[in-house]
Amino acid sequence: MRTLRFLLQKEFRQIFRDRSILPMIFLMPTIQLLILPQAADFDVRSITLAVVDQDHSTYSRQLVSKVLATGYFHLTGMETSYQAALRYVEQDRADLILQIPAGFERKLVRENAQSLFVAIDAINGSKASIGGSYLTSIIGDFNNQIRFKWTGQMPSLLDIVYSHWYNPTKNYKNYMVPGILVLLLTLVGGFLSALNIVREKEIGTIEQINVTPIRKWEFILGKLIPFWVLGLVVFTLGLTIARFVYGIIPLGSIPLLYLFAGVYLIAILGFGLLISTYSQTQLQAMFVAFFFIMIFTLMSGLFTSTDSMPFWARVLSFLTPVTHFIEVVRMIVLKGSTFAEVRNQFGYLVLFAVFLNGWAILNYRKTS
Amino acid sequence: MTPAIVCRNLTKQFGAFRAVDAISFDVQPGEIFGFLGANGAGKTTAMRMLCGLSYPTSGEATVAGYDVYREQEKIKRKIGYMSQKFSLYENLTVRENITFFGGIYGLSDKVLKEKREAMIGTLGLSNEAGKLVGSLPLGWKQKLAFSVAVLHDPAIVFLDEPTGGVDPITRRQFWDLIYAAADRGITVFVTTHYMDEAEYCDRISIMVDGRIEALDAPRLLKERYHAADMQDVFYQLARKAVRSDN
Repeated sequence: MRTLRFLLQKEFRQIFRDRSILPMIFLMPTIQLLILPQAADFDVRSITLAVVDQDHSTYSRQLVSKVLATGYFHLTGMETSYQAALRYVEQDRADLILQIPAGFERKLVRENAQSLFVAIDAINGSKASIGGSYLTSIIGDFNNQIRFKWTGQMPSLLDIVYSHWYNPTKNYKNYMVPGILVLLLTLVGGFLSALNIVREKEIGTIEQINVTPIRKWEFILGKLIPFWVLGLVVFTLGLTIARFVYGIIPLGSIPLLYLFAGVYLIAILGFGLLISTYSQTQLQAMFVAFFFIMIFTLMSGLFTSTDSMPFWARVLSFLTPVTHFIEVVRMIVLKGSTFAEVRNQFGYLVLFAVFLNGWAILNYRKTS
Repeated sequence: MTPAIVCRNLTKQFGAFRAVDAISFDVQPGEIFGFLGANGAGKTTAMRMLCGLSYPTSGEATVAGYDVYREQEKIKRKIGYMSQKFSLYENLTVRENITFFGGIYGLSDKVLKEKREAMIGTLGLSNEAGKLVGSLPLGWKQKLAFSVAVLHDPAIVFLDEPTGGVDPITRRQFWDLIYAAADRGITVFVTTHYMDEAEYCDRISIMVDGRIEALDAPRLLKERYHAADMQDVFYQLARKAVRSDN
């Protein structure tokens, strides 16, 4: 225990003396939390649109202005031929082409039926499908307006009323911010701990430690505790930014959030430690940590829902500690879930913590 | 009196490469034992096995009466070690480094404080005690590293090329520290490249290609090889070396 005191004293001194670590710990999360949620926004706006109006009628103009009035579309070209409009798509200046054929108004009035043609650049799948369906629903709406004007009655429709629970304004940031918070803890816990230990290997001080009677667990705790504390500080900083910048106030219990953050950090610190026991240089540790954190992040459901992944990917995702913690943070912050509702995830995180740390301790050798 | 170090056919094999090839020797308590050899002769590997940093492939050895296979952690309580690489913390101050290493060897706060201030006084570092170790000149760092290695009064101190890269005056001062430690009863096991330093040792061994080719007091070795100085003895033996740095 006395040894641990000296180890902790040394680690904290070194951390606070390092000019690069503190900015990394405080500035990096702040900047990421301010920038990432703005960028990682799946709301589709400013879809570029090229219109081929071959009718030049009142109705065709009404349709176009109705489409533009929604604010989702940005008109980049008005052409008279489909070929000319296609050039916009080829040059990446338009995502969608709306073609209004000649005789659109006449046929619509006389025959009560008309067809429109919509071409979509589907390279960006979600933008294409969302843009396409926006356009379809606007045209459907336009159609109903015309019918109402002519017949005086609303077409009978199944009117669906949505009720959006837990995120009533469907604000994407409410979904992203808790996720990014998790990412930050993962970076602080996984990267910094791994690099710190490997750095001692590189400069040779670890040998000086290994030749002392210090116990393995003392050395490891001496390394993990400082980063555990820093991780919780980053978490607090993140929650504060979420509160004051994004107005996200956790609905659930804050101590419960911290309980999970604490256990999660132990797991992810164990992961960093494990990497450090296999790496000889900081470069190696960096690449290995980056590789895994990349996989963890993309498989964790931070950006895409894990439910829509194929089975093998869901299995992989389940075996990633990040997944469970993201789920829990979203549940506690947005839904106000209680411990009973997240106790499975608690169990998984404890298992990860025990497994990763156990492996790391077994693999850490004072004698090679 | 039981020897401080007993070594019998100690061997370390890395794949097909036999870094240390069945070396045998004893080191008596209080002795200054010089461990000489060209680069790549296997000195550091042998020393790392004795310090409990590396498992031998075969052979036997005890350090301070403890077995190098099974009782490494007990050995570590009894020894001090100064590696070839400077290994105090450069981003801690002189005082903080002493406190840290004294602390993890289990010195009490009171003893630690006394020893620390005495050491700072002996080394003449009173004005530098609050400075980061990284800012000190190399010679001072080496002297500090040595003093830290013997801070807990180990039975044996292992020094791996402790004076590499420092000027002759500083080396002389460094050896005064070694003599002072030996006078306190600490056994000194030291590797070096400098043949004038070899003369300061009670006995020396010369390693060539993983084997010990000669082992005796410097005076006796010079007689045996009809050499004027240790430099000559070393040349005669090390010339036979097959393996080199590369």
